[in-house]
Amino acid sequence: MTTNASAETPTESRFEDLPALMGLMTGDEKHGPAATSTLDALWVLYDRVLRVTPADAEAQDRDRFLLSKGHGPMAYYAVLAAKGFIDPEVLPSFGGYDSPLGHHPDRLLIPGVEIASGSLGHGLPLAVGTALGLRAQGLTDPAVWVLVGDAEFDEGSNAEAVAFAGAYGLDRLHVVVIDNSSATHGWQGGIAARFEAEGWSTATVDGRDHEALHRAFTAEHPGRPHVVVARVEPKENH
Amino acid sequence: MDTMRDRFVDVTTRLLDEDPRLAVVLADITAAAFTPAQERHPDRVVNVGIREQLLIGAAGGLALSGMRPIAHTFASFLIERPFEQVKLDLVHQGVGAVLVSAAGSYDWPAGGRTHMSPGDVALLDTLPDWTVHVPGHPDEAEQLLRHAYADGDRNVYVRLSAHQNEAAVAVEPGRFTTVRTGSRGVVLAVGPMLDAVLAATEGLDVTVLYAATVRPFDAAGLRAAAGDRADVVLVEPYLAGTSANEAHAALSDRPHRVLGLGVPREEHRHYGSIPEHLAAYGLDAPALRERIATFLW
Repeated sequence: MTTNASAETPTESRFEDLPALMGLMTGDEKHGPAATSTLDALWVLYDRVLRVTPADAEAQDRDRFLLSKGHGPMAYYAVLAAKGFIDPEVLPSFGGYDSPLGHHPDRLLIPGVEIASGSLGHGLPLAVGTALGLRAQGLTDPAVWVLVGDAEFDEGSNAEAVAFAGAYGLDRLHVVVIDNSSATHGWQGGIAARFEAEGWSTATVDGRDHEALHRAFTAEHPGRPHVVVARVEPKENH
Repeated sequence: MDTMRDRFVDVTTRLLDEDPRLAVVLADITAAAFTPAQERHPDRVVNVGIREQLLIGAAGGLALSGMRPIAHTFASFLIERPFEQVKLDLVHQGVGAVLVSAAGSYDWPAGGRTHMSPGDVALLDTLPDWTVHVPGHPDEAEQLLRHAYADGDRNVYVRLSAHQNEAAVAVEPGRFTTVRTGSRGVVLAVGPMLDAVLAATEGLDVTVLYAATVRPFDAAGLRAAAGDRADVVLVEPYLAGTSANEAHAALSDRPHRVLGLGVPREEHRHYGSIPEHLAAYGLDAPALRERIATFLW
């Protein structure tokens, strides 16, 4: 089975097409806030920020996007399908034995997926290493982006990565935190404060406002890594 | 004589000059000795501080970017503490790194249990496709480190120890070396255990094989040495019996017996020195002679 759609039409897809693509996986065109908490941030990144396409998904100077919060990847798969990385015809196989699309993504099965995730707290350290590796190769232009959840941020491995990246001035590293208030004990004073204390550039925005997301994603942050906390509706039933 | 760890710093510092793909990630341990290398290659010698999850995660990311990462700290903090990172950030991502440990099972007995990692090789046995080198001498360590750095993108574990043999063996990575030939059974000595095994089997009619690489396990080498009398004693400087399954699999086509000697599973709540611990574990020459002879005769 191929997951590489021909790169003919992907850029013409629209945000409004995403619910139907998600529906191919879930069998339902209506999705609650939890299933779509990442959708707007992912769309703005892939539509307007990341310099990566299906044609250059293996290029060494591409931007990297690492989905650390691998739970609930339907929004991610839908965006990848809209952008031509995944053939939409593959979407209905979601979760099936022979499907490349698991309930957690596997980089070895899907073109354009940079990491296999699912266990929480692995994406940010992997992104730190990726940014270090690009810098060591003299590739100072590609950006490394990683998406984490506010509950995922409980994992201590994130604290290790945030403190190191801030102290090291790893300025090609970018994090987007999808904050749907799902962390069991919350984050007193806000998540951005954890990054700010370690020397990061920070922005906290409405995670449904595409213009606000775009401004935050493209803000200058010389010499410092950058975090965008995207606040969305609180997760229900947790 | 220098230690294996000294040699690791020397050879890695030299190879960083020659191979632009190599990158070293440290977590404070041995960082001072790498200062000259870090000054020459600030982007390829990175000390992340006392952060071992990040140590392995960053190594995985470096590998994803196309580098050949080398991660180093004590075995307890390289394999046991960040084991899920070893499983997911290297193996599951489909990338490779060279993990180089120090302190092993009993190198700093005065440091106690927290700095002892007799289960590291057994843990790696739960994951696919690892190469595991256990050199017994600094010259072997240099040879195996050079081999590991150039070993494609494989995951390789190099287990360095302060416990070492008097003389290096001419080893071929991945193959057991025949050190002594006899007819009443085979004793396989792993890495630093060779000197004690040679002393223990002096005058005994046994074959002594030497392994500085234990994974992949040289099944053909063991089968050839065992012949019809397939009585095998494994002497390993980590958890007793770690390679017993490998030996059984190698000899599954013939009747055989395997005795696995090594560091006991039980916690040993004493401090002291390496020789005191080897004696307590039954791994010094007199105890080994007794245990080997009892099994074979």
